[in-house]
Amino acid sequence: MAEESEKAVPGTLGELARKLASLLSLLILGGVLSILSPYFLTLDNLFAIGLQMSVIAIIAIGQMLIIISAGIDLSVGSILALSGIVCTIFLADGVPLGLALTGGVAAGTLCGLVNGFLVSKGRIPPFIATLGMMGMARGVALILSGGAGVQLSSLPESFIFLGAGRLFRVVPVPVVITAVLAALGAGLLKYTRLGRYTYAIGSNQEAARLSGVNVQRCLIYIYTICGALSGLAGVILSSRLRSGQPTAGTGWELDVIAACVIGGASLSGGEGTIAGALIGALIMGVLRNGCNLLDVSAFWQQVAIGAIIVIAVFIDQYRHSKGAA
Amino acid sequence: MGDQPLLVMDRIVKSFPGVRALDQVSLTVRRGEVHVLLGENGAGKSTLMKILTGAYPRDSGSILLNGNPVEIESPQQALALGISMVYQESHLARHLNIAENVFLGREPRYGSLPGLIDRAALWEHTREHLAELNLSLSPRTAVRSLSAAQCQMVEIAKALSAEARIIILDEPTAALAEKEIDRLFGIIRALKQRGVTFIYISHRLEEIAAVGDRITVLRDGRTIGTVPSATDPRELIRMMAGREIGELFPRDFSAPGEELLRVERLRREGVLRDISFSARAGEIIGLAGLVGSGRTELARAVFGADRRDSGDIYIRGESVEIDTPEQAIRAGIGYLSEDRKLLSLALGLSIRANVTLAGLKKYCRGPFIHQGKEYQAVESYIKELSIRARHPDQKVRTLSGGNQQKVVVARWLATEARVLFFDEPTVGVDVGAKAEIFSLMNALVRRGGAIIFISSYLPELLAICDRLLVLSRGKIVRELSREEATQEEILYYSALGN
Repeated sequence: MAEESEKAVPGTLGELARKLASLLSLLILGGVLSILSPYFLTLDNLFAIGLQMSVIAIIAIGQMLIIISAGIDLSVGSILALSGIVCTIFLADGVPLGLALTGGVAAGTLCGLVNGFLVSKGRIPPFIATLGMMGMARGVALILSGGAGVQLSSLPESFIFLGAGRLFRVVPVPVVITAVLAALGAGLLKYTRLGRYTYAIGSNQEAARLSGVNVQRCLIYIYTICGALSGLAGVILSSRLRSGQPTAGTGWELDVIAACVIGGASLSGGEGTIAGALIGALIMGVLRNGCNLLDVSAFWQQVAIGAIIVIAVFIDQYRHSKGAA
Repeated sequence: MGDQPLLVMDRIVKSFPGVRALDQVSLTVRRGEVHVLLGENGAGKSTLMKILTGAYPRDSGSILLNGNPVEIESPQQALALGISMVYQESHLARHLNIAENVFLGREPRYGSLPGLIDRAALWEHTREHLAELNLSLSPRTAVRSLSAAQCQMVEIAKALSAEARIIILDEPTAALAEKEIDRLFGIIRALKQRGVTFIYISHRLEEIAAVGDRITVLRDGRTIGTVPSATDPRELIRMMAGREIGELFPRDFSAPGEELLRVERLRREGVLRDISFSARAGEIIGLAGLVGSGRTELARAVFGADRRDSGDIYIRGESVEIDTPEQAIRAGIGYLSEDRKLLSLALGLSIRANVTLAGLKKYCRGPFIHQGKEYQAVESYIKELSIRARHPDQKVRTLSGGNQQKVVVARWLATEARVLFFDEPTVGVDVGAKAEIFSLMNALVRRGGAIIFISSYLPELLAICDRLLVLSRGKIVRELSREEATQEEILYYSALGN
């Protein structure tokens, strides 16, 4: 039997460069834009980007867990809309704020739980299970809202603070929430059994099972977490929009997946970090912002973001094939 | 001219890094015979056939077909020369139907337009080939609905449709029931009448006499000899075995201690029949038997990886419920699986993540991993097993086969399981790592563990096991003590059942 050569060991420097590749492209992109537009590097603009991307980034944290486990969640955009609708309907009915927020997040959590059951116990491929949930959650959001936005006549101040407030009058609250959740997510991946098992399941599910990992339970957990984060993102978005929109977040699942992929996740599982998801979301946000500042049409923005996704994955594939040779 | 051999493989040499797989192997096959290739696992049978079918290049030696030297550099060339191989596991496209499989890549064309298939001709030709094999199946039957035996027939039909003159059958009966075997033999005899030549790889001795004409025995990459199929089985076994590796794997034998594992009346429909055995502290028990005899299936059933229909498991005399690997590990059982890349390792993850995967709870407080403790443990395993790695966070993918296997061994050491199943732990591992794995197994049982050791390589089993259970068709047909066990005995019972 032929032995594999050992020369494919990546050098520590190479490993580091690999990890920093997406961060580096973000910095280069930022550098170029700051030269082209003096407004780019102002605090106002940077926070505007952060605010814009925070909702995507929060969902991307959950999506990243699922992608690492070699799954995918297409229902995040619909769950976001459903949670926003549930929360705003509660508020419109005079339900206390705390309960309304909890209700919104709980709706998302429930959807995630159902996804988890379908994928693990039901053995339905994640793509199909969450495609179904994508339709169902969106449909329920439209049914509950009667197809129109839920407008709120008087909003509690603290609800508006969630999406539009500024901590110390400077940092947008959603950005703070994103940062805290990202830290928790990174900690989960690195320091908990669930995180370790998530990588193991994505890398080799059967090996994980034969090592005593309760694969089904882990999958239920991570789909539920992703649902909960999508729900929270929906609540924050409706606070920012000061209304619940049943069509909110249409197509965002693809933005979220793109953020993860740009940030170094592999759709075949076992790879990816929360930092990567954030950087991926930021690259997309910075690109959009830059296009706006430079007066590039929205149509070209789509071309640019599409190209970035392809380039990011191409570079990744190239690196992998070189590593395996 | 009349008795010129159809195929001559002359002094074939093939080396892999560190191993000479074939050392001047010669094989002469006559037209219209069933030529059996006999030898233990690792004797070089598959390598020789891979060279004949163009899957591997040879280092030196020559191949003559009808007396003319030929170069076979790709499977396509082999096919064009009329050499087809029917593999152990089906290589059919499961979602296509029989006809589409039989003519895959060689579909009859419709008119002169490119890319159009003449479907009428496709059905017709396939029906002819199926009729030749006495197979009453519609060419439109989906392959996924066929039994293993029927898949094999389709593979043979495929070879016939490619006008194969030499058909290589690799362990063709491994997955077949008694009746299906008779039927296969009938077909082989009928095709032989029509001038098709077979090379038949097997180590089931009773079959060889039934279907073979001549036998060539390989051992350790060398040709031992070619004999008529009427040769006494005992003589064949002597030719296959022969070697003593004796003192390479020293083992201290001592009186076994308390009973750790007892399995009673374990049954799984069609796979395992009424299996009972026990293992005591300090014992290494060998499971011998042919591929498909149920060794791996037995280990997986006890470990909870596969369901079982009935049977009880006792750990230190107490009945335990084991339906999942998780429960087995909790009960102190480990299973080092036979295919380390497919079933054991998360290749893209670090050594650290792989070593602690099964015993991660030991390095946790609640849901949190204590990283310091984890690193410390992994580093000590790397040292203890002399795993050649730069860092615990190095990816397992980058390690050699032997070191990868040691990572898997470390995983089970880390669970502190007292009953361990080792399923072919030495496949694809160099001699040095092999010796290290054996000395580890020795150390494990000395510390009061029990190992159930599955191997297809008999000298290994004989060198390190206290006793051997011989399996045949899902049943323990014989228990042999260390004193009674010889390669001849084991081969006899595995090949002949009882």
